[in-house]
Amino acid sequence: MSDLENLKTSLLAEIAGAGDEAAIEAVRVAALGKKGSVSELLKTLGTMSPEERQTRGAAINALKNEITDAITDRKTVLKDAAIEARLKAETVDVSLPVRSSPAERGRIHPISQIVDEITAIFGDMGFSIAEGPDVETDYYNFTALNFPEGHPAREMHDTFFFQPDENGERKVLRTHTSPVQIRTMEAQKPPIRIIIPGKTYRQDSDATHSPMFHQVEGLVVDRKSHVGNMRWILEEFCKAFFEVDSVTMRFRPSFFPFTEPSFEVDIQCDRSGPIVKFGEGTDWMEILGCGMVHPNVLRSGGLDPDEFQGFAWGMGLDRIAMLKYGMPDLRDFFNADVRWMNHYGFRPLDMPTLFGGLSA
Amino acid sequence: MKFTLSWLKDHLETDATLNEICERLTAIGLEVEDVDDKAAYKPFVIARVLSAEKHPEADRLKVLMVDAGPEVNGGKPVQIVCGAPNARAGLVGALARPGTYVPGIDVTLAVGKIRGVESHGMMCSEKELNLSEDHTGIIDLPADAPVGASFAAYAGLDDPIIEINLTPNRPDCTSIHGIARDLAAAGLGTLKPHAKPSFKTEGETPVGLKIILDDERLCPGFGLRLVRGVKNGPSPVWMQQRLKAIGLRPINALVDITNYMTFDRGRPMHVFDAAKVKGDLIVRRALEGETVLALDTREYKLNPGNVVIADDNGVESIGGIMGGEHSGCDEKTVDVLIESALWDPINIAKSGRALGIITDARYRFERGADPEYMVPGLDRTTELVLELCGGTAAEARVVGYKGYEPKVVDFPFSEVKRLTGLEVSPEESREILTRLGFTVEGSGERVSVKVPSWRPDIDGKADLVEEVMRIHGVDQIKPEAIERLAAVNGRILTMLQVRTRLAKRTLASRGMLEAVTWSFIPEDQAKLFGGGSNSLKLANPIAADMSDMRPSLLPGLLTAAQRNADKGFGDVAIFEVSGTYENATPEGQRRVAGGVRRGTASLNGSGRLWSNAAKGGGKPVDVFDAKADALAVVEACGLPMSNIQIEKGAPAWYHPGRSGTIKMGPKVVLGYFGEFHPKTLGALDVSGALCGFEVFLDAMPDPKKKASRTKPALDLSPFQAVKRDYAFVVASDVEAGAIVKAAVTADRKLITGVNVFDVFEGTSLGEGRKSVAIEVLIQPVERTLTDEDFEALTAKIVANVEKTTGGMLRA
Repeated sequence: MSDLENLKTSLLAEIAGAGDEAAIEAVRVAALGKKGSVSELLKTLGTMSPEERQTRGAAINALKNEITDAITDRKTVLKDAAIEARLKAETVDVSLPVRSSPAERGRIHPISQIVDEITAIFGDMGFSIAEGPDVETDYYNFTALNFPEGHPAREMHDTFFFQPDENGERKVLRTHTSPVQIRTMEAQKPPIRIIIPGKTYRQDSDATHSPMFHQVEGLVVDRKSHVGNMRWILEEFCKAFFEVDSVTMRFRPSFFPFTEPSFEVDIQCDRSGPIVKFGEGTDWMEILGCGMVHPNVLRSGGLDPDEFQGFAWGMGLDRIAMLKYGMPDLRDFFNADVRWMNHYGFRPLDMPTLFGGLSA
Repeated sequence: MKFTLSWLKDHLETDATLNEICERLTAIGLEVEDVDDKAAYKPFVIARVLSAEKHPEADRLKVLMVDAGPEVNGGKPVQIVCGAPNARAGLVGALARPGTYVPGIDVTLAVGKIRGVESHGMMCSEKELNLSEDHTGIIDLPADAPVGASFAAYAGLDDPIIEINLTPNRPDCTSIHGIARDLAAAGLGTLKPHAKPSFKTEGETPVGLKIILDDERLCPGFGLRLVRGVKNGPSPVWMQQRLKAIGLRPINALVDITNYMTFDRGRPMHVFDAAKVKGDLIVRRALEGETVLALDTREYKLNPGNVVIADDNGVESIGGIMGGEHSGCDEKTVDVLIESALWDPINIAKSGRALGIITDARYRFERGADPEYMVPGLDRTTELVLELCGGTAAEARVVGYKGYEPKVVDFPFSEVKRLTGLEVSPEESREILTRLGFTVEGSGERVSVKVPSWRPDIDGKADLVEEVMRIHGVDQIKPEAIERLAAVNGRILTMLQVRTRLAKRTLASRGMLEAVTWSFIPEDQAKLFGGGSNSLKLANPIAADMSDMRPSLLPGLLTAAQRNADKGFGDVAIFEVSGTYENATPEGQRRVAGGVRRGTASLNGSGRLWSNAAKGGGKPVDVFDAKADALAVVEACGLPMSNIQIEKGAPAWYHPGRSGTIKMGPKVVLGYFGEFHPKTLGALDVSGALCGFEVFLDAMPDPKKKASRTKPALDLSPFQAVKRDYAFVVASDVEAGAIVKAAVTADRKLITGVNVFDVFEGTSLGEGRKSVAIEVLIQPVERTLTDEDFEALTAKIVANVEKTTGGMLRA
């Protein structure tokens, strides 16, 4: 039996000495390959007597199994070691920086974001979005909105005029978004529920006035909407927009040519700190103007004021953006300074929705 | 509109506090803008200097012992160090004690020690109390001024001043009387009746008076009265104090009376020195080029749009706006002509604006003065003149006035509820209107309401609703929900609005920052980008470089990029989605998505990074960055990319060889992209690596309406997709796009895509040649392709490319 013992010892030594997968494969072929030392022994089984087979045959089979197992084990060890070595070789410095996602770098201007916020709120109340041209006729900007020719109310708007055209007509840059009220009434029959965001222009410039600014205006026309409904809409809007549980609003009678009765609306707030807080405090801040659509404006829109009625309101988009998000100077809105846009802008995937919240 | 509390109380009998009055004013639409309750003057008391000794240590200082009455310092004299040259024993002045804030020097006093002598307060100068600029000495009151009493009360400085922000529809509240009427109607007291002016008259006003106008609305009434023998000194202290309190400078009694009437009754008056008037007074249009030296000592050049009062000397006054210097009243005036007239609000507004004159008279006349008070106002003014200046009044001369025909509004009380939702009883509505001076005729639900002469703003039912509502109380209106139009609201945005949002979010998600730049740009920039037409030029730009409506977003974005670069931020990627202007019609306003990248601000990021070599970036931006941005917008807007063509070249402001046009079909231009023409950049004064694009969102056709939301069934081939590479040598000017197109069309069924993966130009290819390598994606659909199939396909591709581009398969 010693030949088998010797073979086993030498093979196990070879297996243990195999340093890589190729070496162990060579050992396997030399032992278990077609002409391997163990395979040769197995071939002798056929020539053996039954007795011999019982003893020597069993021993040869045991040797084969032992060697096979040893090779498998050694292979596993060598494979693991090879992987280990590879992993080590592939190791990098993960502290090296990568590029940020473009979607994280890009920014949406606060005006666009606020328009989306407003759209989300009013869309839920059944309003759609109406738009109109910046370059307007005197008729749509003033006359149709019940600004009589020469009326001092026209002077409240520091209007930009264009050079007169060949017919002597002098167009204007719209001073408010209200011309779209008339354009909508001309194009669509009541019930009307629209929100009109857009650019507006007045000849004025300081920290809170810019020759170009943005307004958002609302119009409801049907057969029954009254000041109480307007009050409800505006309170619900302010709560939703400023994301507070309650707001206190004060309606003051005022004057606008295109509404009657007219109101200015103040919102209660706390102005003691650097940031205006809504839903608390004892200060009042004027936030919007509104009123029942003037009968003459309904007539301009082709509607009978005894049959139809409704209300309209308007506010500064830039202004409510400043109130909500704290930009100190309106003029910065139009400077395209990358630092400002980065700081006050919004990430493109932060889309205001009612289900996900207006702001992050 | 400013007034004082005591002045208001001349017209309103009320116990209400200042606070209550202010709150009610705001609540009824007369918004209180500012209140000065004059509390700052309360601590100052009248005190008498008992002794004034030289300061032991200082020549110019004195040590005063001051008696400020029994309330101060337990009645004992107070020691004060004072440097005023007029400080002397016996002087009566205004004392401030330690702890008092002295407004003129912005200091709160403390007990001081001046060169070793304690000082327990300060005797104040007028400047220290903000009364005047006088700082030559301390206030020196008459010897009988009540020691120990409030200085503010004595000097009339304790009268709170209220300023309201008056809306332009309320001429009646340009008078304190009118404000009192509103407050009384709102239940805050009673309006005091005013006795009808009574005085004796002697003779007629001897000056002739004529209105010679083509349009009688320009001057619907003119009253004139002569008062002889007046003495025109300073007006009485009470009048001066009130005028000063509201910011007017007292001049002389006659002028002060007219100013007083302007505010007290909203009745602008004018006075002529009769001695300086020559001949008749004529109300007429000014002649072209006629001039007048007005009371503000400026000369105005007039035209027939202005209505003037003239005599034989020429223009004496610009009617309703400002009197003339020549016939103005001064201390020498003995005979005065008092004018009370009516003017056309629109003409006053136009004239005032054209002449650039803002006066209290214009302010009232352009809103509409009460016609029925023209004559009573003349009488009341006469009464004041007689009272304050003496003299004898003549009969008034009144021309042109035809009386007031009240507007009548047919008013169902139910209008209040219809428009406001408020429940106000007809009785209360009637009472409110009556208190405001309306005459309500008839009974029951529907009445006739006559509008008083002082309310030209009231035209119809809605105006009356506002009157009832604001007096009843706007705070009584309860919020009431509006009905939902649908349980779940559907889509509310138009396709253009949807695409505008998509364009913004797409570009921002490509690392770009959204800017909002000016709609108006300098003329030269507008011209550079195809604009600058006369119809889009502002007649009154706010600045010379904001004169023309922009024809393109690019000049604004390019200059913005440069501004950032100048601040040290050279790698910027900015965009804007907004309007540009082709002409002055609504359709001429385009909706454009435009963007500019500068420096190395590519999609992947800007600047250098350790991995740049492997991952790109760090290179200057070029036409392809802009092309990718532009196509991202087109694709985001849902246009089928298979219908999009790219053509070489773009408008003149682009680099002719590094720009392209995006088209859909032969006619629809969807946009341009590229690098810019060096001349354009030079003219804009911008520099650096720049590329940009504009995509016209309004040019995009609406998508076809789909019958169903269901997507077409997905047909997946079971056979393995394969890729094959080909390289073609073509002439340098052959566009890669042509090779791609030729390859795709070789077999539309099998070939699902073609990518250009290499472009190579080298001497080995020969002069004017280049190699374009493409990768063709092949998706077998019926069976796995054999070698013969591939050979046949290759032959087709090569033949097609050769036919259309002249290219040869590279060996």
